[in-house]
Amino acid sequence: MSITDVLNSSYIKWMDTQAGDRDIVVSSRVRLARNLNKIPFPHLLDQVNGESCVQQIRDAWQKAPGPILAAMDMISFDQLPALDRQILAEKHLSSPLHADSNSIFRAILVNDEGSLSAMVNEEDHLRIQSLLPGLQLGECYSRVQDLDDEFEQNLDYAFDENRGYLTSCPTNVGTGMRASVMMHLPAIQMTGQLNHILQNIGQLGLVVRGLYGEGSEAVGNFFQISNQITLGQTEEDIYNYLQTITEQIVEQERLLRERLQTDMKYQLEDKIGRAYGILSNARVISSDEALTLFSDVRLGVDIGILKGISIFSLNELMVAVRPAHLQKRTGQDMDAIERDIKRAEVIKEKLGAVRE
Amino acid sequence: MYCEECKKNPATVHLTQVFNGQKMESHLCEECASQKSGFMFDPANKFSIPNLLGSMFGSNYSVQGMPAMALHSTCPNCGMRFMDIKQVGKLGCSECYKAYNQELEAPLRRIHGNSQHLGKIPVRGGEKVLVRKQIEVFKNQLQEAVRAEEYEKAAEIRDMVKEMESKLL
Ligand SMILES: [Zn+2]
Ligand SMILES: [Zn+2]
Repeated sequence: MSITDVLNSSYIKWMDTQAGDRDIVVSSRVRLARNLNKIPFPHLLDQVNGESCVQQIRDAWQKAPGPILAAMDMISFDQLPALDRQILAEKHLSSPLHADSNSIFRAILVNDEGSLSAMVNEEDHLRIQSLLPGLQLGECYSRVQDLDDEFEQNLDYAFDENRGYLTSCPTNVGTGMRASVMMHLPAIQMTGQLNHILQNIGQLGLVVRGLYGEGSEAVGNFFQISNQITLGQTEEDIYNYLQTITEQIVEQERLLRERLQTDMKYQLEDKIGRAYGILSNARVISSDEALTLFSDVRLGVDIGILKGISIFSLNELMVAVRPAHLQKRTGQDMDAIERDIKRAEVIKEKLGAVRE
Repeated sequence: MYCEECKKNPATVHLTQVFNGQKMESHLCEECASQKSGFMFDPANKFSIPNLLGSMFGSNYSVQGMPAMALHSTCPNCGMRFMDIKQVGKLGCSECYKAYNQELEAPLRRIHGNSQHLGKIPVRGGEKVLVRKQIEVFKNQLQEAVRAEEYEKAAEIRDMVKEMESKLL
């Protein structure tokens, strides 16, 4: 397997569904920000330093002191067309900011299943992440930490005894760690509890974002929750805290789902049935509409109203209907209308295939 | 069924609320429902990190008596001035953290409620910490040796210190 396989398939590890609490927690991620000592941070990189930075990281990858780096592929962004870079962002392996340019200083490292990856020269020289299905923050941390150790054997990290890992933005300094969970919270939204919960999360020192990170909208009741503080706490404390809060939100969502099923049985079944009806019969559908309806169908699958549809196929659909993935599938550029038509086709195909 | 609120759009959201044991049902369109439940999506407000960057290196600096010099001094490694850092919201390189160590203390506290790292230490960085501690021990021994006029021993220790210090470079 290589990066080409990751680009050509709509599958990636976080879509698997055997992990815990996967009906509400879609995926977990831990990301570490690292920089090279004395080399200017990405926003100040000139030709000489930029080349040196990428070369050092490439060397560290090629030397591969352990099995993790040895199993990863690295590719520079000047070798990747815009569509492929966008595909990486839609899979959550790169960020919109990172995928934005074909700079020779930018690159990505990724393993076969996409559970481990590293962005080169996004906001920091190196941002390594582990992305797994369900609620598995501890496992994510342990994997990303092993990759970090392999990198460190051949990279001179910018580190200070008092300030920790030095990052381009002071909001990431210290552990350089951002732990996050992607949650699906339809019942909290439907019962009007969302504002209340979001406010609480904010007061707890956590940050809420939409499906595609910073500044992105919360489409389809998907919310990404992450730690805000990176300095003055250990890595374990940071992810354990997030884990605890996540479990409480999961419990709240479960409770409200039960209440909806008793208080609004018919309305709920109606909403879910209609969503499935539209998805399996639409000929033209926008990305936002699809994601909103996926949320209803997903809820229907979770609470047993809809049978024969797997959460895995819904996870896969969430990525497969994004613009770059649609265009990769057809192998050509498409305008918005053409994409909306293709999207409806893909959804019908996938949802039809799992339902006899 | 039409939305009870605007009576224009079809009612797609059906809410049941229980007040003092009384069940109240409302049938609304998505638009009215989102207003009613008080949930309006506001990316700038709730879903993105509060724009800390502007306030991070806040203007209360001068109030705290930071020497005006710091604003115009530059990082010896990358040339960033502290005023540039304040403007961009980003540091220029690892050495900026040393050059502006004092100036960063308050902003870091403001962002993290803390300014001292407690997490992971890289093996390499950790080695250096150990070497530095060993050098301290040797230097103390060196002083004692000099005081005791054991010059041969002192010379030996001095060589060891030199060797260890070369490891730090
Ligand atoms: Zn209305
Ligand atoms: Zn600097």
